[in-house]
Amino acid sequence: MSTTVKEVQIGDVGAQAAAHADGERMSLNVGPSHPTTHGVLRLLMELDGDLITRCEPVLGYLHRGDEKIAENMTYNQFVPYTDRLDYLAPLANNVAYAITVEKLAGLKLPERCEAIRVLVCEMARISSHLLGMGVFGMDAGAWTPFMYTFTEREKLYTLFEELTGARFTTSYTRIGGVARDLPEGWMSKVEKFVDELPKAIDEVEKLLTRNRIFLDRTEGIGTISKEDAIAYGLTGPNLRASGVDLDLRKDKPYSGYEKYEFDVPIGTKGDCYDRYLVRIEEVRQSILIVKQVIASMPGGLWYAEDAKKIFAPPKEKVMTSMEELIQNFMIVTEGPQVPAGETYFEAENPKGALGFYLVSKGGGVPYRLKIRAPSFCNLSILEKLVPGHMLSDITVILGSLDFVMGECDR
Amino acid sequence: MIDDDFVKALLEGRDFISIKHRDDCLTLDCLPDSLIDFCKHLRDDQTFDLLVDLTAVDHGEEADNRFQVVLHLYSLIHKSYLRLHVACPDNQSPCIPSLSSVFPAANWHERETFDMFGIKFTDHPNLKRILMWDDYPYFPLRKEFPLAGIEVPLPAADVAEVTGADVDPAPMMGGPFVASGNGRMSEAEPRAKDESWTEESEKPL
Repeated sequence: MSTTVKEVQIGDVGAQAAAHADGERMSLNVGPSHPTTHGVLRLLMELDGDLITRCEPVLGYLHRGDEKIAENMTYNQFVPYTDRLDYLAPLANNVAYAITVEKLAGLKLPERCEAIRVLVCEMARISSHLLGMGVFGMDAGAWTPFMYTFTEREKLYTLFEELTGARFTTSYTRIGGVARDLPEGWMSKVEKFVDELPKAIDEVEKLLTRNRIFLDRTEGIGTISKEDAIAYGLTGPNLRASGVDLDLRKDKPYSGYEKYEFDVPIGTKGDCYDRYLVRIEEVRQSILIVKQVIASMPGGLWYAEDAKKIFAPPKEKVMTSMEELIQNFMIVTEGPQVPAGETYFEAENPKGALGFYLVSKGGGVPYRLKIRAPSFCNLSILEKLVPGHMLSDITVILGSLDFVMGECDR
Repeated sequence: MIDDDFVKALLEGRDFISIKHRDDCLTLDCLPDSLIDFCKHLRDDQTFDLLVDLTAVDHGEEADNRFQVVLHLYSLIHKSYLRLHVACPDNQSPCIPSLSSVFPAANWHERETFDMFGIKFTDHPNLKRILMWDDYPYFPLRKEFPLAGIEVPLPAADVAEVTGADVDPAPMMGGPFVASGNGRMSEAEPRAKDESWTEESEKPL
């Protein structure tokens, strides 16, 4: 007598039963304060048993009016506010904002400044992706990888602290340069860190990449097609995981990214697992970029010297020379002088393309500053993506999209 | 390639758009009535299929066309941005057609623009506030809206009934805000330094 074995997934049975049981729909609120929402996102869902039939994201719980604030202060005063957009990669936000204003001012920066910015951007990317991967594992039920990635992030924060004086809210860039030059011996510490990092990534990969449970929970879940990803304006790793080759570091190089060699990982299926794989590979590519920057770090100044109305002179000169004192006074009181006009700049940040649309009517204060937050655009696909999934998939889908509400709500 | 020939072909036979000179990317002025068709053309025939940003600029109450909607499109083929300016015809109740049928990404951007500027997007599937709460009475990014905010009732009426609390303007004393956004900072400063009130003594009504 032969027996046949039929594979049945428990979730499917429940869903089928619920679908046939002349559905009474239940509404469920996830968030705004819930561990899976990584901040204060609220999802208003309609459930049919365990099956999600409708999902409406509700935002705005972290809205601080950053764009209004920007219209009321000088360009440099806004730099600390950019820390608080994507607060997992503040250095990358600082750089994106500074480049926008410099673009409108038509400022050319020395090579060293550009190289420093690339270096800190890539370190911010490593830091953000380490968190993204660790927390994603945790969302899927794997605690241990989180411990490995957070150990590495801690080392990065120590390096950030030595460079900028703050672990979290770095405010490192100024319009026309960076706040200070690299500390002595700092680059060798970074080099040591990136030399050791691949080992930690390997450990995480051993724990997650071929993990049966992790695969079951992420493969084929939250699949975003190429067309949908473009239609909903996704950017960054989420877009690339869907197979779209768009990396602004390659396609619209800024701050001297064209000088460095790296690959852009592209996914094939666009599911949660692909998004994880893309991030893992991006960390490895970032390590390569960091090594290249360190090996080729040019000498010279870390600020634009000829930008007398934009970048404040070094402090020792302000204290000893009259002209520099006046220059410093004017920049502090009037703000960096930027000509009238408009510009749009997008930087490839860890979460996606962080864009700034700047309208200036001259003077030291922006007339309008629109922040195009990647998390905001990435979350807009939830309405389409989530229905049809099980309730338990929500954690994985949200984890794989790797968003930050500070940036989404602004 | 975005070159002169490309622009010439794009402008030909379309008197509803005109070119503006900007350094960073191709900038076109478009009339609101032809916006949807033109965007469909850009998306399907010119490969500008990624709507990266949609927002608005408030040019002040005195301006002829006070509200200007600004779109940024990106083409993966040309590796280039394209900016569209759309002036809203009516200053009192600004209104332009919604692009959410062409670009699903426009849905949330338009909700945000409506939320912040009060620009209505006709035929939008779900035009309600996105960052502020649903009953909020003002449009915060309009130029006449004060930075500190305006006193409004608490969003939760039941909580307000029990506690008697409302949403207060933020204290400005000691803040870095010193300019009105136009004009010189040193001239604008005394206006912002309103010392008639502090956290301790209430703001005079």
